[in-house]
Amino acid sequence: MKPAPFTYARPDSLDEALTLLQAGGEDVKLLAGGQSLVPLLNLRMASVDEIVDLNRLGELAYVKRENDMLCVGAMTRHRHIEVSAEVEVAQPLLTRAAAEVGHLAIRNRGTIGGSLVHADPAAEWPLVAVALDARFVLRSREATRTVPAREFFVAPLMTVIEPQEILCEVRFPVAPAGAAWGFQELCRRPGDFAVAAVACQLTVVDDGRCAAASLAVGGAHDTPLHVPEAAAILDGTRADDAAAIGRAAQHAADSVEPSSDVHGSAEYRRRMVKVLGVRALREAWDKAG
Amino acid sequence: MEDSRFVARQAVRVRVNGREYERTVEARLLLADFLRHDLGLTATHLGCEHGVCGACTIIVDGESVRSCLLFAVQADGADIQTLEGLADGDKLHPLQQAFWDHHALQCGFCTSGFLMTAVDVLRKTPHPSEDEIRHALSGNLCRCTGYANIVKAVRAVAERSGAGEADGPSA
Repeated sequence: MKPAPFTYARPDSLDEALTLLQAGGEDVKLLAGGQSLVPLLNLRMASVDEIVDLNRLGELAYVKRENDMLCVGAMTRHRHIEVSAEVEVAQPLLTRAAAEVGHLAIRNRGTIGGSLVHADPAAEWPLVAVALDARFVLRSREATRTVPAREFFVAPLMTVIEPQEILCEVRFPVAPAGAAWGFQELCRRPGDFAVAAVACQLTVVDDGRCAAASLAVGGAHDTPLHVPEAAAILDGTRADDAAAIGRAAQHAADSVEPSSDVHGSAEYRRRMVKVLGVRALREAWDKAG
Repeated sequence: MEDSRFVARQAVRVRVNGREYERTVEARLLLADFLRHDLGLTATHLGCEHGVCGACTIIVDGESVRSCLLFAVQADGADIQTLEGLADGDKLHPLQQAFWDHHALQCGFCTSGFLMTAVDVLRKTPHPSEDEIRHALSGNLCRCTGYANIVKAVRAVAERSGAGEADGPSA
């Protein structure tokens, strides 16, 4: 229950961190908030030769608005996002999701970037990033690239990030006028990973019709799953169109390929996606009302 | 200190409950073990050692954290509060007194983690509802299952005091 020995470096700048990452061997690992990596090291389910601790990189801990984008530094802690007034104004779904991450002591320490790169398909940030079509800014010593959240996650705990890259910033589109969100998560206990979860955003125009919709599912698939067909089904519908809500949620349930574990069978998860999908869409419509 | 290279051991300077300590430790040493074994501060307990049980919760730079999920070297320069720093001499902290009054500890193993969690919770939400208290304490496990009295104790403090009192003397 103690980590195997490793060597440790604590850079003060992103440039230094990128250099260390390149200088490290094959088993060099970045340490962000440590709320996922350190348990794995303690349990010896993972081992590393070298750790680059990112916690002194104040330059990666921020929330700032750039026109219609809310930019969140990768080392921003969950708690910071949870209580940020700027976040709540720009994209309140993030405020809601942040409050669902683990427990207070976890949120005080864990970071949005760490959670995204860890890529647990049942975690809140990957789900919300996919639902909102976020962009991830990845940097290496040589280059900077931007990857859509919907192309970032490959499999449980696997992403397209290269060994030499650091996730530096997450860019969320600011909620447009008329936007309303829904977020529904099923857990055995508060703070647990989701058995299944659904996040959605509807944009409702003046005549009360849905002009844009986006819906994603967490916890019930290898990766957080964007369900583009939900948008087509909901487009142009009104709040009282229960049939459209049901069809969109059913489509989400039909799209996932859940696995079974002690928390729920695959079939249970699929059924819950339908239930949570309906609830999330109703929640969004209620907010839009 | 050289930051730009990988080292197996590193000097750590921390302030714990107002007192300065400096030790050179292995990079892999958990902060909880550092407090217990290197500094002899054994009020912080280790249950699961992977961030699930909350027994090792302490306050680092004003925020509650799991000390089993931090390496001691990461705490270099930090201001730490552990259960040892909660009472004011012989005068128990209001939360400690409430735990005593409401029989909120049985075997006592989880108690320090619950107390340090509650300190942070009441600082951030001075007057939580019972639901909020239960939600906030849900990251701490009591295997005696004495949750009802723990909630009662925290509620008693929340109902009669503001954040200032719950902050404790050295917070």
